[in-house]
Amino acid sequence: MDRLDAREGVVTFGALARSGFRRWSTYRQATIAGAFTNVVFGFLRCYVILAVAAATAGGLAAGYDAEQLATYVWVGQGLITVVGMWGWTELADRIRTGEVAADLLRPVPPVVSYLAADLGRFGHAMLTRFVPPMVVGAIFFPLYVPHRAGTIPLFLVSVVLGTLVSFAGRFLVNATAYWLHDARGPIGLWTLASGVLAGLYFPLRLLPDWAAVLLYAALPFAGMLQIPADVLTERDGPALQAGLVAVQAVWAAGLLFACARVQKRAESKLVVQGG
Amino acid sequence: MTVIEMHDLKKDFTVRVRAGRFRRRKRTVAAVDGIDLTVDRGEMVGYIGPNGAGKSTTLKMLTGILTPSAGTVRVCGLTPVPQRTRLARRIGVVFGQRSQLWWDLPLHESFTLLRHIYRVPAADHAARLARCRSLLDLDDFLDTPVRQLSLGQRMRGEITAALLHGPDVLFLDEPTIGLDVVSKQAVRGFLAELGQGGDVTLMLTTHDLADIERLCRRLVVIDHGHVVHDGTIEALHARYGSRRRLVADLDAPLPASFTLAGASLVASEADGHRVSFTLESTTAAEAVAALMASASVRDLSLVEPDIEDVVARLYASPGDTS
Repeated sequence: MDRLDAREGVVTFGALARSGFRRWSTYRQATIAGAFTNVVFGFLRCYVILAVAAATAGGLAAGYDAEQLATYVWVGQGLITVVGMWGWTELADRIRTGEVAADLLRPVPPVVSYLAADLGRFGHAMLTRFVPPMVVGAIFFPLYVPHRAGTIPLFLVSVVLGTLVSFAGRFLVNATAYWLHDARGPIGLWTLASGVLAGLYFPLRLLPDWAAVLLYAALPFAGMLQIPADVLTERDGPALQAGLVAVQAVWAAGLLFACARVQKRAESKLVVQGG
Repeated sequence: MTVIEMHDLKKDFTVRVRAGRFRRRKRTVAAVDGIDLTVDRGEMVGYIGPNGAGKSTTLKMLTGILTPSAGTVRVCGLTPVPQRTRLARRIGVVFGQRSQLWWDLPLHESFTLLRHIYRVPAADHAARLARCRSLLDLDDFLDTPVRQLSLGQRMRGEITAALLHGPDVLFLDEPTIGLDVVSKQAVRGFLAELGQGGDVTLMLTTHDLADIERLCRRLVVIDHGHVVHDGTIEALHARYGSRRRLVADLDAPLPASFTLAGASLVASEADGHRVSFTLESTTAAEAVAALMASASVRDLSLVEPDIEDVVARLYASPGDTS
């Protein structure tokens, strides 16, 4: 019976994930415009960071050589939408308008259904938003090719974990609407913090060691972009490379657990808005 | 078999009101104030009341998305809030002002997704969908994304979505709001047919009393969180003394001394050429015969009591819980 339940659970999760993929695939023009924007900003960021590297002694900036830096930039441009750092206000909007009632009236916990749909979105973004910047980056700049066999699989794991961290963070920020009714403030703070602290604007290792350690381990943001980029560019030895992915896994598990707790608490004192 | 049970059900909300420049005072508002109600399997119940009477609050407590402040509530033998996920498989909910469909997806994909969410066997799903497709004329827009559907089309989709998992109870919260006449008729016709089967219990809140007249034998009226009427529509008319009216167009005005036994003159228009009588202790046939015998009648009509008038009177007399 349990095995049957588990199998049905997987089927339901898969169907929800497919629906997430389908929903995003209906907006083709937005996808093309978004990928184009990522590419344009990729050029901008790449030239700036390569200029910084060229001005440093030995061409190394924060321990990355020019190829690694170019890869860090283009991977980052590709991953912004894959992990879905910004722009997700669906849950907050549904709480504000009372539409969240429909989610609660289904026999699937909202955290699970939103997670499944987000993984569908992730799949769509991997195909449409990650590949184009990487291809353009590879055409115009020499990119770093990993030397270790385990790097690519570890990178894929790291990207999935980064997406989970991002999803859980966004879910928690959106869920503040249960109490605040309008989550625009927390969402604004999240947008501001995630860009800087995830290592999108500059590699976090440019900061003093103590600050970098703090940002890698004590906050979840590095897990969204910086760690996947470090894994792919083999910035560290195999042990630290795996250790960083483990840090992501801990954050992902902790934040998803927090999502479940927050959702449960919200439901126990919930007031669905509107008549 | 009892499907819905509410006993002394209450829901209080705490609101904060300004009590000075920085101070806020807490005030408790009782949205639902001690409702006792049972609904048997297969019943179709109209649940009405003015805005703010507590209809939607009751519905939220019945469906498990709002925790009651006091009292007990059971739906299909389950306690809604703690057993919400189990209950979700047994009930269907249609909100006229909210959507449970996926905005970006074609209607048929929403239905397929719901099949997986509710884990409905493929054959059952296909049979239920086929029935809804024919009765609600869904075929023309099954491939259309929900965001492009008209309100009437979407509502037919919403009702289908609420029924595909074969619920025992269907809660409808203003399902005909904003619909045109044709769509309203389609929705009412479908719900009437659904109710005739006797398997699905239907609880309907609406402001359109024609929905109730068409669909529900039993009418529950709530106001200020209390049940103020629970019975048939006829019982409501009897309680408030609703009477049929006889309206006659005459060739010449009636003499001032004219009386009609068992009826009373309530209106005289067009210089006395049109008169209205309410029938109190006489039949329509007797009244018509008496009028024809004493006046030259050009035209006659018999007007049934208007439920809206009765309900308006009920709403206007708060606190009447007799």
